[in-house]
Amino acid sequence: MASSGRPPGDRPETFPQYLLWNGERFAARPAMRHKDFGIWQTWTWAQMRDEIRRYALGLATLGLKRGDKIAIVGFNRPRLYWSIAAAQALGAVPVPVYSDSVAEEMAYVLNHAEVRFAIAQDQEQVDKLLSMADQLTELHKIVYDETRGLKGYDHTNLHSIDGVQALGDNELAKNGDKFWREEIAKGKGSDLSIMLYTSGTTGKPKGVMLSFDNLVISAINGNEYDDLKENEVVLAYLPLAWVGDHVFSYAQAYTSGYCVCCPESTETIDVDRREIAPTYFFAPPRIFETMLTAILVRMEDAGPTKKRMFDTFMAHARKVGEAILNGEKVNLYDRLKYLIGEVLVYGPMKNRMGFTRLRVGYTAGEAIGPEIFRFFRSIGLNLKQLYGQTEASVYITAQPDGEIRADTVGRPSPGVEIRIDENGEVLYRSPGVFIGYFKNDEATHSTKTKEGWVHTGDAGFFDNEGHLKIIDRAKDVGKLNDGSLFAPKYIENKLKFFPDIKEVVAFGDGRDYCAVFLNIDLTAVGSWAERNNVSYASYQELAAHPRVYEMMEDHVAQVNRDLAQEELMAGSQIHRFLVLHKELDADDGELTRTQKVRRSFIAERYAPLIEALYDGSTEKHVETEVVFEDGRKGKIAATVKIRDMEVAPVGAAHKEAAE
Amino acid sequence: MNVHVARSGPAKRLRADDGIAKGEQLLVVDNISLAFGGVKAITDISFDIAKGEIRAIIGPNGAGKTSMLNVINGFYHPQQGTITFRGQTRRRMRPHEAVAQGIARTFQNVALFHGMTTLDNIMTGRSVFMHQPLWWQAIWSGPALEEEIEHREAVEEIIDFLEIEHIRKTPVGSLPYGLQKRVELGRALAAEPALLLLDEPMAGMNLEEKEDMSRFILDVNQQYGTTIALIEHDMGVVMDLSDRVVVLDYGCKIGDGTPDEVRANQDVIDAYLGVPRD
Repeated sequence: MASSGRPPGDRPETFPQYLLWNGERFAARPAMRHKDFGIWQTWTWAQMRDEIRRYALGLATLGLKRGDKIAIVGFNRPRLYWSIAAAQALGAVPVPVYSDSVAEEMAYVLNHAEVRFAIAQDQEQVDKLLSMADQLTELHKIVYDETRGLKGYDHTNLHSIDGVQALGDNELAKNGDKFWREEIAKGKGSDLSIMLYTSGTTGKPKGVMLSFDNLVISAINGNEYDDLKENEVVLAYLPLAWVGDHVFSYAQAYTSGYCVCCPESTETIDVDRREIAPTYFFAPPRIFETMLTAILVRMEDAGPTKKRMFDTFMAHARKVGEAILNGEKVNLYDRLKYLIGEVLVYGPMKNRMGFTRLRVGYTAGEAIGPEIFRFFRSIGLNLKQLYGQTEASVYITAQPDGEIRADTVGRPSPGVEIRIDENGEVLYRSPGVFIGYFKNDEATHSTKTKEGWVHTGDAGFFDNEGHLKIIDRAKDVGKLNDGSLFAPKYIENKLKFFPDIKEVVAFGDGRDYCAVFLNIDLTAVGSWAERNNVSYASYQELAAHPRVYEMMEDHVAQVNRDLAQEELMAGSQIHRFLVLHKELDADDGELTRTQKVRRSFIAERYAPLIEALYDGSTEKHVETEVVFEDGRKGKIAATVKIRDMEVAPVGAAHKEAAE
Repeated sequence: MNVHVARSGPAKRLRADDGIAKGEQLLVVDNISLAFGGVKAITDISFDIAKGEIRAIIGPNGAGKTSMLNVINGFYHPQQGTITFRGQTRRRMRPHEAVAQGIARTFQNVALFHGMTTLDNIMTGRSVFMHQPLWWQAIWSGPALEEEIEHREAVEEIIDFLEIEHIRKTPVGSLPYGLQKRVELGRALAAEPALLLLDEPMAGMNLEEKEDMSRFILDVNQQYGTTIALIEHDMGVVMDLSDRVVVLDYGCKIGDGTPDEVRANQDVIDAYLGVPRD
């Protein structure tokens, strides 16, 4: 029916056209909520349409024209989402930018995209833009959302959104909304809708150009696949510049008419999610990891009765939870026991995480640890995996309900064709495939073939049931010197399941053995330290603590035992490890803005430590440059200890410890 | 949609404008002397605070800075001299009258209600405006509830302003020190002061917290037009933030002027600032 977003007859092709339609068909339904001043403020589709109309007319008065690029910098705020729609209504192209990127990164994107307008959330972002004013020759006007602290600024080229909307009101009173309707009607499906800069695991960010057709068709397919209707509720909390957020909080919301909720601030996301209880939720694995860690840490502090209850019912959930979720046959006794668990453990836990009403949850972006995935599914959450890319408008494969495996990413999404290259690389073709990279034909040609196939850069294969299995980045899968397979992500994910471990980087390609860097999780290890009378003054000190090392040694030994069981992976057991003296951080360039490890950068930055892993030394002194939140730089120095590990015995003939 | 709680606009300000223009004298301290028995805490000090400025009071430990604030605040009663606030000269006054007149303060040692939440602590700052009788407040309904909602709006604005949404419902006792200081500032702001006295707002903070606090002080001054008198030992902060500085030493005033003037004043260098090592 129409509610899934498949419009009748003369179908809307662009989001502003959807906005007009939703303003009528869902006039009184909530379109957006934002917690502000402690209360969830709501806008209906009709109200939102009016707000965007005032805004767009105001921007037109300021000189925004068809084809102009307009940068959007900030956290998930309704008015920043409206900025996207207002720009698109006028035929301008929004370019969302990661709001936590430092000035230079931002300057590169803004310059490359040739933006003439910028919408900034607050003083911090305005300051950042003004600090690079001399580099941004094209930038014409800055518009801001929050007025605090900006009163004393020179307002010749600086405007508040309120001010812009007031300009729009004038225009509306004088000339009515004919201009607005005409401009929206001019929009076509093949028009450039948005430019999203990929966070760039390698090299400079590239501007992915997506058309309205790309996004609208992908969104509608996604809506139908998961039966998303106008009564869904989602929480918009992921970076605006990320394709995931753009599709889930914008494209799918406009096409299906569901309600998008913006949290109060970055620190209150957990509380806000609990209040909103989204029915459709999307998160990278890291968020699920953090939630699970938080729960396990709390359980460590719980009383013995509660702890026993938790352990008993979690064991039961692991046994039958997934089978019940998949609708398989489970005997009555187990079902009853599961029901009691639901009341005593799973229900309260879901409530705690804000998942009480969750219908469909997705995780994507990186492989999720199988144990983490199973944990959430076993307590009855329909968490599924999805495989996607910016270049594909997200959807490449997704898991259909009832066919969920922890180690696959599912079947091709509707409208997507997939083939595997001779070298194992996954290629796809779909209506969501991007137009090209902005001003980078070379990269466009090397990624997208003439026939429209796109290289994913990931190695994978289809299993017997037709599910795609991704092993690793195609270029990351390597071999140890003895010829055994080395898939770094596989090892890293195994270690990352331990709540004490936040991040792992594994090395081994072209080496004699596998060795890893570990990052401790300050929440989990800090709480452990508190309970065990371990005193520490800093992250660095805690990371280097002998007892922390002992704990890590146990974890690594456990992983080695696991690896020894698997024929393919037994060769890449961990021989040596070290605990890094600082947390890997996107500000230092070690992670991407979406929190993925930048392997090559780390290999370069910590080259002395990697050498130390392979030259047999037991400790190494390093100095590392760090960037503070305000952009200043400093240095931290530390002596990092390196531990040798016993290698678990393997059935297959394999050379014993290289040490 | 929650119609009954939809915001119609910013919460209304409850203090009438005093008609004093920006830059004119808001507070005049005239020949104040204060002694505790034989100990002379303050001797014959005069200075003024202009409306809309940030005025710093600096000096070595024991110079009489906090005593001076306590005098302005009406907590101590000077033996000599007069204080004129908003054109009204007063001789004896109690602290709660100071709040009613429009003076609010924070303390050197955080003085919050530790078992209460951030929200409740800031609400206490509004008590000066709450007029409903005790019995209504006790059963928390009727006109008292209406009043509470009205004040809650003002408090939420402050919470938004100070970016402490995430600790709204957290008992302040469990908060880190930097945040407690911010909550205390919030409580002082809740009284909508014309003059805000800050006693070492940045003591014991790390660099990042200091930067945040400085930003908030400037924003309070700019957005609400609040006049601010602050005591602070971090000279970098004082010189950056304040429009004028008064320097005390052993209860006497030894310097008064813009940060540059004070920095160049030989008495101030000898008594307090010292000379940079070459």
